[in-house]
Amino acid sequence: MRILHHAKPAPVGGPLLNAVTLTAGILVAIMAAILVVRFFYGLGSVTNLNDGYPWGIWIVVDVMIGSAFACGGFSVAMLVYIFNKGEYHPLVRPALLASLFGYTLAGAAVIVDLGRWWNVWNMYWPWSANPNSVMFEVAICITLYILVMWIEFAPTFFEKLGMNAAKRRLSKIMFIIIALGTLLPMMHQSSLGTLWVVLGSQVHPLWQTPVVPLLFLLTAIIIGYAVVLFESCVASAAYRRSIEMHLLTPLAKVMLGLVAVYIAVRFADLIWRGALGLAFGMTLEAVMFWFEMACFIGVFLVIGSEVQRRNPARLFVGGIIIMLGGALLRINGFLIGYDTGGGYQYFPSLTEVLVTVGMFAIEVIGYIVITRRFPVLPREEAHA
Amino acid sequence: MSASIFDLDRESFTVAEQRLHMPRREFLQFCTTVAATLGLPAGAEAAVAKAVESAKRPPVIWLHFQECTGCSESLLRAEHPTLEKLILDVISLDYHETLMVAAGHQAEAARKASMAANKGKYVLVVEGAIPTKLNGIHCKVGGHTAIEMTKECAADAAAVIAIGSCASWGGMPSADPNPTGASSVAEVLGKPVVTIPGCPPNPYNFLATVVHFLTFGTLPAVDKLGRPLFAYGRLIHENCERRAHFDAGRFAMQFGDEGHRKGYCLYKLGCKGPETWANCPTLGFGDAGENNWPVGCGAPCFGCSEKGVGFTKPIHAMAKMANVTPPLQYPRIEERIGTGSSFASAAALAAIAGAAAGGAAMLAKNLGLSHQAAEQEKKSGQKPKAEA
Repeated sequence: MRILHHAKPAPVGGPLLNAVTLTAGILVAIMAAILVVRFFYGLGSVTNLNDGYPWGIWIVVDVMIGSAFACGGFSVAMLVYIFNKGEYHPLVRPALLASLFGYTLAGAAVIVDLGRWWNVWNMYWPWSANPNSVMFEVAICITLYILVMWIEFAPTFFEKLGMNAAKRRLSKIMFIIIALGTLLPMMHQSSLGTLWVVLGSQVHPLWQTPVVPLLFLLTAIIIGYAVVLFESCVASAAYRRSIEMHLLTPLAKVMLGLVAVYIAVRFADLIWRGALGLAFGMTLEAVMFWFEMACFIGVFLVIGSEVQRRNPARLFVGGIIIMLGGALLRINGFLIGYDTGGGYQYFPSLTEVLVTVGMFAIEVIGYIVITRRFPVLPREEAHA
Repeated sequence: MSASIFDLDRESFTVAEQRLHMPRREFLQFCTTVAATLGLPAGAEAAVAKAVESAKRPPVIWLHFQECTGCSESLLRAEHPTLEKLILDVISLDYHETLMVAAGHQAEAARKASMAANKGKYVLVVEGAIPTKLNGIHCKVGGHTAIEMTKECAADAAAVIAIGSCASWGGMPSADPNPTGASSVAEVLGKPVVTIPGCPPNPYNFLATVVHFLTFGTLPAVDKLGRPLFAYGRLIHENCERRAHFDAGRFAMQFGDEGHRKGYCLYKLGCKGPETWANCPTLGFGDAGENNWPVGCGAPCFGCSEKGVGFTKPIHAMAKMANVTPPLQYPRIEERIGTGSSFASAAALAAIAGAAAGGAAMLAKNLGLSHQAAEQEKKSGQKPKAEA
């Protein structure tokens, strides 16, 4: 890694109790109340899940989309440590923090969605494990990654608590942790896509393809950068800090390059499989497909030129568009383009929506508390 | 009990054969059936045979009150042996209003004579509920109320058996609003008695109880409601031949539908098997072999023998699962296929999407404005000033 001078991370400070945390706290309390009902009376009491749609928004949004949104840490770490772009280093900690919450909550959301959650320990029990299962790979990989990320993020806590010896010891093996932290999400983000391969003809041909692991991996990395754009803009607006435009502008270019690769792979696959024709019918699937693709294509209109990429407002909107596109890809394949036949229908119940909202509210509270009290964001130097 | 049932040449055996006008095979069949119904161990049939073949003939006094005589009718249709042989030869039926030849004061005199002669040795059987309102004037025999007769006969009886649901717990006469105050034998006597509930009860449950008394001199073990455990120890649901359909979730949904014709579980038609304790599915009725009982014929059990179920719960109301209520955490039996969006969830989603879009638009606008200001400053040749 090139040695570059960066502003040291520092706590932002300020009150923890404000309108945002209070609102988020209320949403979390509502979620907790619903989850009490869920754990006493089962999934059927609060969700609209059925045998045809055993996965609802708790899995598709909280886990699939939540973990994709949490790829910021992995995407930026890859850029900094693997491609040796040390200039992006100030973005690592905030991105890692968002990832930490995203993944930890995705793991928690899985437990909430498991019908017989009390059997979950079997997964980690070698005698009960089924190593040929995609789900097993995803579960083990995500668990390990959550663990790895907490270790990766631990220096932040060590700094705050003054545990310098521990920080030094950890920094000696940090390269292994970082390597794992890059490998593991690549493994399970692609495996989340493999689930569509396994689901077979139940997934609409616009989404069911042998290359879907690659599509998931690419979009996960792209979303990672989009989340960094989004998060940096929101943090600077909310904390009234200057925006690291000198980092975000080139980062957006990296992202756009990957988006171009993704669009090429996506259409090449559709044409090669002869499924593109299905995108031109008047079906819900076709409409949703174009919504999804419009996000990935439309982002070039928003931040396609260098001048546009210097405008934080455009970077912010571009980040949101990409996040929306990645979210639509997952919703389309898992819910809208998913049909087991037999007349099954699914639309999330109010309680399901409120739990998902609560999960994101926890992230917001966590992010605010940690950035205000722990050294995550770069210190605001006395210059612009 | 050491006597072998295969000791077929013994004299008493031959005597019994002649006395009962019953072929040897049929007699042994009866003894074995009764022993099996009682759930007695192998070899007990010999004891039963020995008890029945000896000519002790315990006297039985049978009282009828608020009832339909269905219990007696059902008993008359027992085939192993035919009941006339049993009541004339195995027991000495000294008083039974339907079957006795005597009438009027003569009959009452016979009852009193038998009671005096067999003090402490006779068996009292009560059929029908006992009215208690207005001092019991709703049911009188020979000028005496049912209450008086029951108490009088029970005082010196060796055993009291209540046959049928009416005598056991009030039965149909006690159904709401119970205008006569119909009560059970146990309630009137103020002490527990052996009960053989059912409407009508299976005759073999009664016969087995009587023969148990003949054989061992005691009444069989009973539950807290006085019901012999050999007959009422298990739920109908537990031994029902349609149980597998219940477990698999295959139900008749209405009479005559495909499930009903295929013999699926009748639970959803209101079958009370899951909350009724009786041996109907294992014993069958009318000596016609297995499956000859209500559920076997496609009619849901209505819980005739169970207090609080029969004549109380609506016939087509679903039964409470008395011993296997599945925990709420278990999956539902019926399959839901989903109903699409509800107004609340669609509105919540729209509100969240709207709030997010609004927030994002405001944030983008502010970012755009500050960017514009910065660009403006650059254009006017001034470097953005450092903030203090």
